[in-house]
Amino acid sequence: MPSWFNTWFNRDGWSKSIIAIPYFWLVFFFLIPFAIVVVMSFAERTATSPPVGFLPDFPYVTFENYGRLVGDWVYIRAYSTSIINAFMATILCLIVGYPMALGITRVNKSWRNILLMLVILPFWTSFLLRVYAWIGLMGSNSWFNKLLTAIVNSVLPADMAFRNIPMMNSNFAVVLVLVYSYLPFMILPLYANLEKLDTTLNEAAMDLGSRPWQVFKDVTLPLSIPGIIAGGLLVFIPASGELVIPSLVGNASDPMIGRVINDEFLTARHWPMASAVAVALLLLLVVPLMAYNHFEAKAQAGGKP
Amino acid sequence: MNRRPIFLITCLCFGFAFFYIPILSMIVFSFNRSRLATVWGGFSTQWYGKLFENDQIINAALLSLKIALISATFATILGTLAGLALARFKKFRGRTLFSGLVTAPLIMPEVITGISMLLLFIMMAEWIGWPGSRGFTTITIAHITFSMTYVATIVQARLSSMDTSVEEAAMDLGSRPWQVLIDVTLPIISPAILSGWLLAFTISLDDVVITNFVTGPGSTTLPILIWSKVRLGVTPDINALATLMIVVVGVGVAIAGVVMHRADARRERDIQMAIAANK
Repeated sequence: MPSWFNTWFNRDGWSKSIIAIPYFWLVFFFLIPFAIVVVMSFAERTATSPPVGFLPDFPYVTFENYGRLVGDWVYIRAYSTSIINAFMATILCLIVGYPMALGITRVNKSWRNILLMLVILPFWTSFLLRVYAWIGLMGSNSWFNKLLTAIVNSVLPADMAFRNIPMMNSNFAVVLVLVYSYLPFMILPLYANLEKLDTTLNEAAMDLGSRPWQVFKDVTLPLSIPGIIAGGLLVFIPASGELVIPSLVGNASDPMIGRVINDEFLTARHWPMASAVAVALLLLLVVPLMAYNHFEAKAQAGGKP
Repeated sequence: MNRRPIFLITCLCFGFAFFYIPILSMIVFSFNRSRLATVWGGFSTQWYGKLFENDQIINAALLSLKIALISATFATILGTLAGLALARFKKFRGRTLFSGLVTAPLIMPEVITGISMLLLFIMMAEWIGWPGSRGFTTITIAHITFSMTYVATIVQARLSSMDTSVEEAAMDLGSRPWQVLIDVTLPIISPAILSGWLLAFTISLDDVVITNFVTGPGSTTLPILIWSKVRLGVTPDINALATLMIVVVGVGVAIAGVVMHRADARRERDIQMAIAANK
């Protein structure tokens, strides 16, 4: 090694390289690609290869893609389908995940570790295969569908009986598989939050005569709101941009926005339009939620004595 | 609390049934003799035999493993550097942008990351002639980029909860700052680095959306192969493949969990003993 390198490295070169190496990587392979998407959303589709071009004269850019975004019913419907599906999945994850997270805090330490492991384990197995497992279960010939049909038929009058329940290729299937796939993302932050709560508060409320559900409603639930928000965002944000689940179990005529972006880009080869839909998805959904989360976290930190 | 939370335990049982029934059903039906993937037709291990004769699946699995090993290793190096930068250097030019860049891939919908990476590779091919064709290299670069941010998050969290007095002691004893980093800090955070590597490895092994954008002809990873097969319908050999993957990953995670838990416990004990001995 030359001596100037040693001097530089020992002075502050080592710290500069720690910052610079990952910084440049992320700028080059994440920021610049994203900038390309933003620029492309103002271009138009051409018959050239790549199928993108800018207007020949000033102002060179076109807002036509964004115009179509608010003018064309297809996109508005896809955005609302995404928001509704993601919102339903988030609420269901909360309903299923909250008692589970609370339950895990109420068992002894060794059980806790086993149960947490069991929550995380499906997350480590292939995501695609977990979706695939549900395709098998929801099919009209599967034991699960037959069982469900039998249960439903036992309460319905005989002349209304189903032969099977058409679950596949519907928004019901999408929400079900979203809940299945993202449930750990709800349970883990909720558990982290509930575990830190001071149980003496519960005992105090009990001593003062509250019934168990009142203790839950007045003490545990308000204190767990940061956990609910964290888990909710971790489910809602990825669920709203999901591509795999709607493509495999969803209804092709009522797609979610991730599928619209994918089809616009790969099938229709309208890259500028796909870019505009993507930018709008980020601006409408992800950025506001992240900003909210950021300020909420700051307010929480600031509120502490 | 002396009351047994019966309601909560019932919820836990139903919740775990919800988690594991689809997986168990898939495992059971991998031993199905019938071609119909979800109708029982007797016990058989034929699909496992078919799986090992299928060169396409084996090649895809090998490619996936190769990409996962390489991308997880680079992602761990870059992610550890990024975590160190965020946790140890509180002020440098562009820190806000940097921390934004570390969190953004975590929340960016995968479709958008995939499209933007593909556009970068297409633009680069137009302007500088590289990459000539998409495949192994482009997939690896894409995987490094999004999994390094997971590693960075884990390493940063570990560093900010770490006791810095050990580092200060090393400095007082005359170590240069970068020597402290290599001799003191890195060994202490090594479990976090290891779990970061494992996470990066599994994320790479599992990714389908981003890979689907940046891949090219001839480079079919295992998830891409499963994706194209599953879109055509449920087939029993996928059940067998799923079972194998679940068993391998499950056993691997369980072993890694136990080993790391033991190592942590031992380190804690050593630290306690060292403190007690010095009192």
